[in-house]
Amino acid sequence: MTNRSSRPWYLAPYYIWILLFVIAPIALVVYFSFLDLAGNFTLENYANFFSSTYFRMTLSSFWYAFLITFISVLIAYPTAYWLTKTKHKQLWLLLIIIPSWINLLLKAYAFIGIFGLYGPANQLIQFFGAGPLQILFTDFSFVFVAVYIFIPFMVLPIFNSLDKINSALIDASRDLGASQWTTFRRVIFPLAINGVKSGVQAVFIPALSLFVITRLIAGNKVITLGTAIEQQFLVTQNWGMGSTIAVFLILFMIIIMLLTGPKEKGGALNGKAK
Amino acid sequence: MKGIIRASAAIVIISAVLFYAVHLLESSSATSGSGSISVYNWGEYIDPELISQFEEETGIQVIYETFDSNESMMTKVEQGGTSYDVAMPSEYAIEKMKENDLLLPIDHSKIPNLKNIDPYFLDLPFDPGNEYSIPYFWGTVGIAYNPTLLEGQTFESWDDLWNPTLEQEVILVDSAREVIGMGLNSLGYSLNSTDLGELREATDKLKTLGPNVKAIIGDEIVEMMRREEAAVAVTWSGQAADMMWINEDIDYAVPEEGSNLWFDNMIIPSTAGNVDGAHQFINFMLDAEVAAQNADYVGYSSPNAAALELMDPEVTGDERFYPTEKMRDRLEVYENLGLEMLGVYNELFLEFKMDMEK
Repeated sequence: MTNRSSRPWYLAPYYIWILLFVIAPIALVVYFSFLDLAGNFTLENYANFFSSTYFRMTLSSFWYAFLITFISVLIAYPTAYWLTKTKHKQLWLLLIIIPSWINLLLKAYAFIGIFGLYGPANQLIQFFGAGPLQILFTDFSFVFVAVYIFIPFMVLPIFNSLDKINSALIDASRDLGASQWTTFRRVIFPLAINGVKSGVQAVFIPALSLFVITRLIAGNKVITLGTAIEQQFLVTQNWGMGSTIAVFLILFMIIIMLLTGPKEKGGALNGKAK
Repeated sequence: MKGIIRASAAIVIISAVLFYAVHLLESSSATSGSGSISVYNWGEYIDPELISQFEEETGIQVIYETFDSNESMMTKVEQGGTSYDVAMPSEYAIEKMKENDLLLPIDHSKIPNLKNIDPYFLDLPFDPGNEYSIPYFWGTVGIAYNPTLLEGQTFESWDDLWNPTLEQEVILVDSAREVIGMGLNSLGYSLNSTDLGELREATDKLKTLGPNVKAIIGDEIVEMMRREEAAVAVTWSGQAADMMWINEDIDYAVPEEGSNLWFDNMIIPSTAGNVDGAHQFINFMLDAEVAAQNADYVGYSSPNAAALELMDPEVTGDERFYPTEKMRDRLEVYENLGLEMLGVYNELFLEFKMDMEK
């Protein structure tokens, strides 16, 4: 690693991979975003994006992605914390991760049944004396299912960073007279913040472009940027506009990566000496 | 390190071998021309038994694939990765494929069964003289509803959907032309309107339907209606027939202001590898008995007059699915409005969907 000028030849496949499957597609998307329906150069797509429809769509995508991420953190953080305290950590972790092995579509169809007028959710509600409610095709069902799908991706990084914390640091904090709350606030939370940040990245970014469950669970009453891209490519066949939305999605993602990216200041990570 | 190099070399070699094998397979299937045809159809749109029957009768093997929208079908044909021999697009897609030279002319001398088709469905404006297409099924867009869930309410007009008692009850099909077209029809405009003022008016009217809309979904509609999760749906006649097959309470109506009349047709894409086999397949599907069996299975309306005679008169006499010619007069066929106009329809549809979030 000391001689940076002579890069080993075996890195070549990685460079080719990155060129073919990362740089080339992004370049193509950017290129298409400047084309109109007839294939001529235009800036119209960009002007169109700032029209009221797409602006509102962007805002609502962000709002739902924020809700989904926020609720995921609320549920995942205590779960991950509790996991680190249990005896069979790996087993519990596995149980939380297993649902993510099942295909998204299958899970969505299962929820159509669960949330249906005659489904188990409504049977439970009726058991407590309330009439059948329209659960499917509401904001609630959309956020619920999205959170359910994303929770493993939030639990995992938070668990990893909590688990890595050296317990000696917590003991030290307690010995020095810090209350449990202070220990959490001043020791545990700052040390595990990188796990939360990676969890937020893993959830917020895909949540911005969800499109399967917007149709199956929200009945297209929730429109995200992902839905719009799908429609532009498959129905309208306006690849230019579809690409323009994709370019903005990429930009939003870069911004989020920068905001949540780890700020390395040197020094020991997670309280463990290097 | 050596392990990694060996592993990656192995992957490269295996990929190369597989590529070669695929190439061999593809070229062999192409050269054995008369041996197979590939059929590209909508999902749930043929009786699978008929495919086996065709294979037995002709010895031609059928490779069967499905698509879920005219647009995705055209994109795949245009890219030419697979050489489809027969496909079943709708009329406006045929116009567009004709413009783009994606169709081969059909040799009528090889389709003797063409005589079975009701002349009403031949020589239509989208393909004069049926040079490129042969009718497969036809149908309408209308309202499927379950009177038992609605205290006997019926639907004669599109405006009945706006009834305040239907709050959160109406399901719409997730397709821009159907929904915007319904808005246009309800105002008495043509569903091929390109007048931006009319389109704006239709969209604004649709927005007032918002509180009644339960969801905008695709094929899931059938299941929702069957299980009585929903009471009203704007959908295609064949989907309504599918629902009624299971749940006899459901009824179907084509509103009096008019609606869409559509035709799906068999065509031979320009990329076809086995044109002769394709003609045999089309001729087979037009056989009276075959068409009757197919119509029974699929549930859409058959344009095959000879087949209709073999079918249950209760089905073919059902004016909801076989409207009389007089009733058909108030229906309109979609015209190919061009990509630009399709874009306008889609933007308005998106605007309508966005409006429902509130």
